[in-house]
Amino acid sequence: PGASLAAAAMMQEGLDDGPDFLSEEDRGPRPVIVDLQTDAILQVDISDALSERDKVKFTVHTKSTLPNFKQDEFSVVRQHEEFVWLHDAFVENEDYAGYVIPPAPPKPDFDASRDKLQKLGEGEGSMTKEEFTKMKQELEAEYLAIFKKTVAMHEVFLCRVAAHPVLRNDLNFHIFLEYNQDLSIRGKNKKEKLEDFFKNMVKTADEVLVGGVKDVDDFFEHEKTFLLEYNNRIKDAAVKADKLTKSHKNVADDNSRISSTLHTLGTQDSTDLCKFFLKVSELFEKTRKIEARVSADEDLKLSDLLRYYLRESQAGKDLLYRRARSLVDYENANKLLDRSRAKNKDVLQAETNQQLCCQKFEKLSESAKQELIDFKTRRVAAFRKNLVELAELELKHSKGHLQLLQSCLVALKGDN
Amino acid sequence: MAAELRPPLILDPESEGDSAEGEDIFTGSTSPSEMDSTKISGNSSKTNGIHSDDEQDIFAEATVELSLDSPENGNQTKPSTAGLTVTVPPGSAIQSQTKIYQELEEEEVEDEEDQFDVNVTVTEPEKVGDGMAAYMAYKVSTLTSLSIFKRKDFSVKRRFSDFLGLYDRLSEKHSHNGFIVPPPPEKSLIGMTKVKVGKEDSSSAEFLERRRAALERYLQRIIKHPTLLQDPDVREFLEKDELPRAVNTQALSGASLLRMVNKAADAVSKMTIKMNESDIWFEEKFQEIENEDQQIRKLHAVVETLVNHRKELAMNTAIFAKSAAMLGSSEDHTALSRALSQLAEVEEKIEQLYHEQANNDFFLFAELLSDYIRLISAVRGVFDQRMKAWQRWQDAQTTLQKKRENEARLIWANKPDRLQQAKDEISEWEPKVLQCERDFERISLTIRKEVARFEKEQIKDFKSRIIVYLETLQNSQQQLIKYWEAFLPEAKAIA
Repeated sequence: PGASLAAAAMMQEGLDDGPDFLSEEDRGPRPVIVDLQTDAILQVDISDALSERDKVKFTVHTKSTLPNFKQDEFSVVRQHEEFVWLHDAFVENEDYAGYVIPPAPPKPDFDASRDKLQKLGEGEGSMTKEEFTKMKQELEAEYLAIFKKTVAMHEVFLCRVAAHPVLRNDLNFHIFLEYNQDLSIRGKNKKEKLEDFFKNMVKTADEVLVGGVKDVDDFFEHEKTFLLEYNNRIKDAAVKADKLTKSHKNVADDNSRISSTLHTLGTQDSTDLCKFFLKVSELFEKTRKIEARVSADEDLKLSDLLRYYLRESQAGKDLLYRRARSLVDYENANKLLDRSRAKNKDVLQAETNQQLCCQKFEKLSESAKQELIDFKTRRVAAFRKNLVELAELELKHSKGHLQLLQSCLVALKGDN
Repeated sequence: MAAELRPPLILDPESEGDSAEGEDIFTGSTSPSEMDSTKISGNSSKTNGIHSDDEQDIFAEATVELSLDSPENGNQTKPSTAGLTVTVPPGSAIQSQTKIYQELEEEEVEDEEDQFDVNVTVTEPEKVGDGMAAYMAYKVSTLTSLSIFKRKDFSVKRRFSDFLGLYDRLSEKHSHNGFIVPPPPEKSLIGMTKVKVGKEDSSSAEFLERRRAALERYLQRIIKHPTLLQDPDVREFLEKDELPRAVNTQALSGASLLRMVNKAADAVSKMTIKMNESDIWFEEKFQEIENEDQQIRKLHAVVETLVNHRKELAMNTAIFAKSAAMLGSSEDHTALSRALSQLAEVEEKIEQLYHEQANNDFFLFAELLSDYIRLISAVRGVFDQRMKAWQRWQDAQTTLQKKRENEARLIWANKPDRLQQAKDEISEWEPKVLQCERDFERISLTIRKEVARFEKEQIKDFKSRIIVYLETLQNSQQQLIKYWEAFLPEAKAIA
């Protein structure tokens, strides 16, 4: 099934207030990003999206006063792989070694939702028309929610890049935003995939080696210890939050089935008992809506938050690793210089090399420090916002649920 | 209070010639104002067809006995009973039966508006003995103002097989008359073995509580039934210090009862085609009950799923709480770290709530439904009994017909010596046929009444239980609100 963001917005009006996603991207006017140095504006968002059979097409919309661009406002269509390409380009760029690279958005995954829709279609004959319609609506809402989420994640990535003082000026980024033809990112072939695999293995091994060395600098030593533990724990919390959300969803679904069965019981006759069943059936259906909302909001404010900062903390770890690597290179260059001086051979070359390594390391360290401090600020702000919103939404739903129960009880008791 | 009226309001078996047939319908207290004796006697005296076979008025041979608040001098009503006894004369027309049903149903309503003067509770499961010979003894306490009991406030110890034994006896006596005897809870080999073995964990505690509550509801349903309350076996069960050990209670375990009833249901559906038009009520009602049975079972299955999912939710909430606490302790921003710890605490409290809610889902909702699955089986059972009564009547008629044909043959063949025997046989079978017909009509009448009573009880039962259940959900939400309201300022305090 296909869906476009415009259609999604229309559908959303039919439902109750839709969930909002990560803190950085509320639908509506974008925060305008002004570069204080050049006084240029750069605003990026995903204005539309189309979901086709096995891919999603994002319409990336840019508003900018930067001289680099031909126009002030323009749009291009991009797919997920192109976002990944952009991310990888940043990672591979040595100049950006000192930055926390904004994590790539996760791949849009409609498989589960599609499977469910298919199963529903197959099972159409075995359920009543009402049940079928109800389930179809639920699944469509689910599909829609996943769709909106993936749009949000891709948008967050672009906004993070646009907000970064250096990355926003990256040439690849500008090409990504402006080049209105297919970037022709071909997927990696087998050989390249294998290379990637080995690169990762080496990296992991390296991380262990490098991570074991105690850093002279207190700040970085602390950051290393912190990020390592934090990354593990947030990974665990994200997994557990997912399970929690799923459990809530199961309870919501059960309420729906109870409602359906009560409805069947209630429509068999028009006795008092049947009227009673119908009232209770209605209660359970409304309960289902509330529980589904609770589940969705927990997913948004808790699970998504944790998953995002898991990726960011991983990017932070990567940064630390790069710095550590650079430090090792610097130390090796020092040793080489000493040996050269001792043998009095190739001293100049060794000196230049050592100086380069030193500069690289120091530049990296300086930017890494700032980036990690910014990371902390962002993290704390995001957690605060999401936890507050989580609590507010939980309160809203509980109050709604309470009111629902109270009015139902009044109605049921009043019948006596 | 109607209960304090003298003489005793409950039918005394000795004073009622018809008690053996189980036709006593009304027991329990009544206020005389609601039973107008003069009106009813008036009816029967207006019609003169006391001995007429085609008299339409069923009350022709009715006798009514009531007691009054302040017995006036020379009141005509006989003292000693407040029950309404209705004897249905043979050959009464079916059409007027509807009139009876209505009047009986009205009177039934009046009856139940009065206070119910006996209350039973089942408490304190206590393990007796050791090892595999051990059993649980339950304290059955009765509080009553009815004079059929020897005391007002008493308790006895009973074990599970005693409850099953009671059901066996009641079912044997009353089912074939069309009375819906409430079935006891099912046996559970696994549950009891755990208890015997002495496994003291939450699942055996839950099992015992489930059984205790089910046994209590079982007894309460029995004493609410006016006919069953009269049964001496019930009184003995509640009062007698020691009961003889009930054996062979395997006969009516839930599963075998179900098998029996299912076979019966099939028989019923085959036979109903042959029944005549006036039994449309039975046909339709049986179908209704079948449909209801199907849906209640379905609902029960879904509610059980809800119970499990709710337990899972509780577990996952606890697991997440721990994880959040860990995250909080590794977070190096102080205020955020504190907020995360508090989130963990909130989630731990919420886990408790979900756990309690799962118990409520089970004890208040799922158990209600499983009670009714058993009860509906009992209802289907009485329909089967009616079929059997009909079949007996048909068989008797067939036999009589054969005897008459035989007589005719003998007359034609001119064999006077065998003729007398044939005539004897006919006069033996004629009353039998009449009796079968009466039995059939009686059981049909009883079933109508019983079903009406069952339906009334059902809606009261469902309403009261579901209301309590919804109130527990309400409390849950109120608690949730408290917890999140306490957390919100903590989240806002992150600076």
